[in-house]
Amino acid sequence: MAEQYVAAVDQGTNSTRCILFDRRGRLVSVAQREHRQLFPRPGWVEHDAAEIWRNVTRVVPTAIRQIGAEPSQVVAIGITNQRETSLLWDRLTGRPIGNAVVWQDTRTARLVKELAGDEGPDRFADLCGLPLTTYFSAPRLKWMLDHTPGLRQRAERGEVYFGTMESWLIWNFTGGAHGGEHVTDVTNASRTMLMNIETLEWDDKLLEAFDVPRAVLPDIRPSSGVFATATDVLPGVRIGAALGDQQAALFGQTCFSAGEAKCTYGTGSFLLLHTGHEIVRSTHGMLTTVAYQIGDEPASYALEGSMAVTGSLVQWFRDGLGLIHTAAEIETLARTVDDNGGAYIVPAFSGLFAPHWRSEARGVIAGLTGYITKGHLARAVLEATGFQTLEVVDAMNADSGIALTALKVDGGMTANNLLMQFLADLLDVPVVRPMVTETVSLGAAYAAGLAVGYWPDLEGLRSNWHRAGQWLPHMDPDRRATEYANWNAAVQRTFNWIRPEQAAE
Amino acid sequence: MPGTVQSIERAAAVLRLLAAAPDGLGVADLGNALGLAKTTVHGILRTLHQVGFVEQDHSGAHYHLSDTFGRLGESYLDPNELRSRAINWADSLASRSGEVVRVGRLVEGKVEVVHHVFRPDDSDQDLDVGTTLPPHATALGKAVLAYDTSARPRKLEAYTTRTITDPERLAEELATVRARGWACELEEYMVELASIAAPIRGLGGLVVGAVGLAGRVERICTSQLRHRPDLISMVRATAEAIARDLREDT
Repeated sequence: MAEQYVAAVDQGTNSTRCILFDRRGRLVSVAQREHRQLFPRPGWVEHDAAEIWRNVTRVVPTAIRQIGAEPSQVVAIGITNQRETSLLWDRLTGRPIGNAVVWQDTRTARLVKELAGDEGPDRFADLCGLPLTTYFSAPRLKWMLDHTPGLRQRAERGEVYFGTMESWLIWNFTGGAHGGEHVTDVTNASRTMLMNIETLEWDDKLLEAFDVPRAVLPDIRPSSGVFATATDVLPGVRIGAALGDQQAALFGQTCFSAGEAKCTYGTGSFLLLHTGHEIVRSTHGMLTTVAYQIGDEPASYALEGSMAVTGSLVQWFRDGLGLIHTAAEIETLARTVDDNGGAYIVPAFSGLFAPHWRSEARGVIAGLTGYITKGHLARAVLEATGFQTLEVVDAMNADSGIALTALKVDGGMTANNLLMQFLADLLDVPVVRPMVTETVSLGAAYAAGLAVGYWPDLEGLRSNWHRAGQWLPHMDPDRRATEYANWNAAVQRTFNWIRPEQAAE
Repeated sequence: MPGTVQSIERAAAVLRLLAAAPDGLGVADLGNALGLAKTTVHGILRTLHQVGFVEQDHSGAHYHLSDTFGRLGESYLDPNELRSRAINWADSLASRSGEVVRVGRLVEGKVEVVHHVFRPDDSDQDLDVGTTLPPHATALGKAVLAYDTSARPRKLEAYTTRTITDPERLAEELATVRARGWACELEEYMVELASIAAPIRGLGGLVVGAVGLAGRVERICTSQLRHRPDLISMVRATAEAIARDLREDT
């Protein structure tokens, strides 16, 4: 019998990829296409959803062809996606109404402030687990309905569908205007601010607060479970999973038990801690989110710490300052010195995310003296990612009462040994890199394979996980305390930089 | 005697003009100066840019000599860059072979470990990135030594009774490596261990390092103590995949 594979479709911020995995969870083929980033105005970021779907129809057959396989060898499709990016489309023609509004888009800044009103940004946190920021979908959806003439009436008549990217893909995979399924999964729905985090259903109070007609919303399904059978691209193949990218990475790292955590280091970085079936409410700036739901089992939850600027600080060091030619060279430059020389860079480029959530903060380089060289700055750039992780871990420990015993890492920055060692030193726990660094796609594949019986259970998946590298802590506790205190002093200096009269809205 | 290569003559002329122009030159400037079509000059500049000899300014309109042009004797590929390019392929090799995988490069007569992937059995293992290995006693070492043009190590230290300590025998061994494109070793560094490696060729065929696997003899070799052909092809395919990655978007 020919080898069988699971196809993961990763619809990311910059590109769409299809990766095939074999039964042992090994990557066997990758195909990728980038899509355009549209910046119609300062602070606005959009994607053309039709272009993204076209890319899906290309990367999936390419990935299969690359290894000389037949489409019939694919047993399931797992979808993972950039979270919170929002789209409306016409259910009769199947065409997007305007572009998708991307998670980085800040056009709803004023709206978010208005919605927060006197009660503050946490007014909906009890219901949906999230604070009001420009990051999540609901304010964006309200903005779209309010700013397109006639759209609200059409939405109320049921002529318009809303979805995050996985909904758009599944709808198209299953025939689009000709019988497409309008569905989402609990993890993506948990990022809209419209889903009740306890009942896992759309919440009337939230719909009312954001003025969203129920008719536009998709059905909420478990993350792992057969959504439908595809009729396009891979006709006859079952769609077995959909998860937001960070939740998929948690699944791909096989963090299936309370207390297990992973951090994905990319442009931004996201640390998710599995909290079991318990909903942990953060009092330290973490987000409460659904980790995954398998079939009719109870959902698993997670606390999430989001760091906006990590890998992008290295990119700035390369492109903005021109001190290195490639991102990897930062490690070479950082190794020309033994320590940070007393310099700290806090990259609050557009405010600070978790655990501070200070939108008026702006970045600083603190501790500058004539002694500081570009080598010290390179260290400070890498260490900024370490310190931000420590802040998030501290907040998680305080919220959950579970002390982290090891951190599973993935993403592009795990190739940086200096950073990984610094992380272990700072967190004082082992930092572990798995054999497959493409954990986002792997998680989607795992969840889909599980739904169709390609893999029997979670234990089977765990046995596929192997350690590829490990960094152990060596730092002297006094030095760790001093360094962290210095970082915190630098963070304080970023606050209140944008004064109310300057705030551009 | 074979003739000369016209495109290299032209490239040399472009480099001379750029060296004499501290503010850089545009494609049209160079085309006019050399009497060449813009497309020809553009092709030469793109190639010189790819090999790292020239750089573009921010606007993209002017080209100038790169800093590295004056330091050609130094290693042209950053070791951390090599690791970031190799990481996915090295993981895949470890995962499929079930063995320890290392990427190394030659530094001052020794093999420096640039990247290390654990054997996927979750046993206790320590990262040895940054440590060095003897080039004459390991497959990783032979795979880079075979293409090195500087002086061979003078004193060949014995690690086991099988270590090659005779310079002439080592020269023969390295000739074999060049002829077949991969290197191996059997209990030459440590007893009961064997290894296989292949060179990673960057632009123009320059060997920038090697990738290889190591493990217990009974897993790496057949019962006749030959290195397993399936592992050899995996290692060679991995080296080629990393090389392709390096050549495509430097």
